[in-house]
Amino acid sequence: MSLKIGVPSKGRLMEKTFDWFGERGVTMARSGSDREYAGAVEGVQGVELVLLSAGEIPRELAAGRIHLGVTGSDLVRDKLADWSVQVAEVAQLGFGHADLIIAVPVAWIDVDTVDDLDAAAAAFRKTHGFRLRIATKYHRLVREFLTDQDVADYQLVDSQGATEGTVKNLTAEAIADITSSGETLRANHLKILSDGLIHASQATLFAARSAEWDPQTRAVLEELSEKLGVQAKL
Amino acid sequence: MTCRAKIRAEAETLFAAFKAAGAEAVEADTLLPAETLLDLYGEDIRGRAYVTSDPLRGEMMLRPDFTVPVVQAHMNGGAEPARYCYIGEVYRKQDHLGPRASEYLQVGFELFDRTAPEAADAELFALFHGLLAPLGLRSATGDIGILMAAVNGLSTSDRRKAALLRHIWRPARFRKLLDRFSGRAAVPQARVDLLARLGADTPDALIAAAGPMTGMRSAAEVSARVASLVEDAQTPALAAPEAALLYDLLTLQAPAKAALAHLCGITAMLPAIEPAVDRFARRLEALESHGIDTSNLAFEASHGRTSMEYYDGFVFSFHGAGDVPPVASGGRYDALTAVLGQGRSIPAVGGVIRPAMVAELREGAK
Repeated sequence: MSLKIGVPSKGRLMEKTFDWFGERGVTMARSGSDREYAGAVEGVQGVELVLLSAGEIPRELAAGRIHLGVTGSDLVRDKLADWSVQVAEVAQLGFGHADLIIAVPVAWIDVDTVDDLDAAAAAFRKTHGFRLRIATKYHRLVREFLTDQDVADYQLVDSQGATEGTVKNLTAEAIADITSSGETLRANHLKILSDGLIHASQATLFAARSAEWDPQTRAVLEELSEKLGVQAKL
Repeated sequence: MTCRAKIRAEAETLFAAFKAAGAEAVEADTLLPAETLLDLYGEDIRGRAYVTSDPLRGEMMLRPDFTVPVVQAHMNGGAEPARYCYIGEVYRKQDHLGPRASEYLQVGFELFDRTAPEAADAELFALFHGLLAPLGLRSATGDIGILMAAVNGLSTSDRRKAALLRHIWRPARFRKLLDRFSGRAAVPQARVDLLARLGADTPDALIAAAGPMTGMRSAAEVSARVASLVEDAQTPALAAPEAALLYDLLTLQAPAKAALAHLCGITAMLPAIEPAVDRFARRLEALESHGIDTSNLAFEASHGRTSMEYYDGFVFSFHGAGDVPPVASGGRYDALTAVLGQGRSIPAVGGVIRPAMVAELREGAK
């Protein structure tokens, strides 16, 4: 059996992943046409490249359908319950940096911290009759963060894209989303809470604990790990 | 794993005992409108309940507990006083791998009575105590009403009292607030800076300078909170003796009878808790009359604070060994009936038993 490694199927994340492996003597390339999702690995025998959407890689790892996978650490933490029981973090790849943060309108001069957000939520609920809405697609991470901090009187509303626009569109009062430069936030007149960093994410190589690790795949993993200069503890 | 038939049999036995104790059997839907439950419990329940969507009825929730539907049914025309019992599955998502069930039977008893709440508390506890006695469980009791009364009696601003009451069920945040209000924790730097800027400028000017206002929360709402921050900054710290009493209360753990003596001692310094302590005393008397030994009954003033945030008086639970959910738990939830009753309310106390855990304990004992 070959060792299956799941890699993002397009964009910068794919290119940077290929670069990272390439720098360590493992060449990854898409085969066939640009549009065909197939690929090949050279440099280590017995590795099969599986091109997947970055968002699906956590699920595939949890199901054990791939042995290794590269995706954002935010996605693994958000999509998998007890993520560290299901997958092992093998290496942080040093790119794809993005912070999952909570942001509120800049004009909220009374809100700087999560404490303030909690108090503002109480007043908002009293005035408007419903809980203060926070738009996000990272439901688990955001809920866990706010629960840990004992925040009340808020609700999460789902937003799968253009989340920064939800406040202006009156479908949310605050947002929790990933940002790298903060430009989109500023353009939408939002500011980050000073203690509102939920998770600092980056592209990470994960190993699936529940994948079928037979002697053959284990041997491939060992060879691959040595080449990459990483240690995989399953 | 105990088989379902045994659990069902255990549940039926408990249910029969509840009916024999005078309760009317009631049914509840399995699919409940999510809105009421979400509004009541917030995101905590969304994380733990199965939410699904119905093309006509909107967001629905698989019944996470019976209390809400039973209270709603009662508020829609139940006679008083009333005793209800129910049996059925509840559904809770488990966010951690492990043996905790996401679907399990509950058998419950709810008592609505406005004449003698403490007698009702004791009746319910004694009923549970009697049914569970053969299992040798550890019981724990508490009374959130005492803590609430203590907060209400503080000599500080209404705003501070409201902030503390709002977080009475969240021990960590409650303590953080208490630390700030009593001057033990520093004011955050951003708050200090804002207050300094308010010395030179009006809130409206500062809001305008910060950037365009977006979203539904208006400039007036921001200004109102700014005004409350200014007011709070001028509010003197809680007097040290008052704060000390509250910290003492948070950590009070003693057998119920000894706890009562301790609380009576505090009452002179915190007269606002007197009615709550009187209720506590009446409840202990009522418990004694049911044959419960209150000098050996565990009491913690903070018991039940981390669970569902609707209990506002007497709370209790029965535990087996190990890190597992309580075998039974319950409490008083007068305020919940007011929220669901749209203007009407009735003092209510209720509790549930998990028959699966009872069956498991019985098997283990064999």
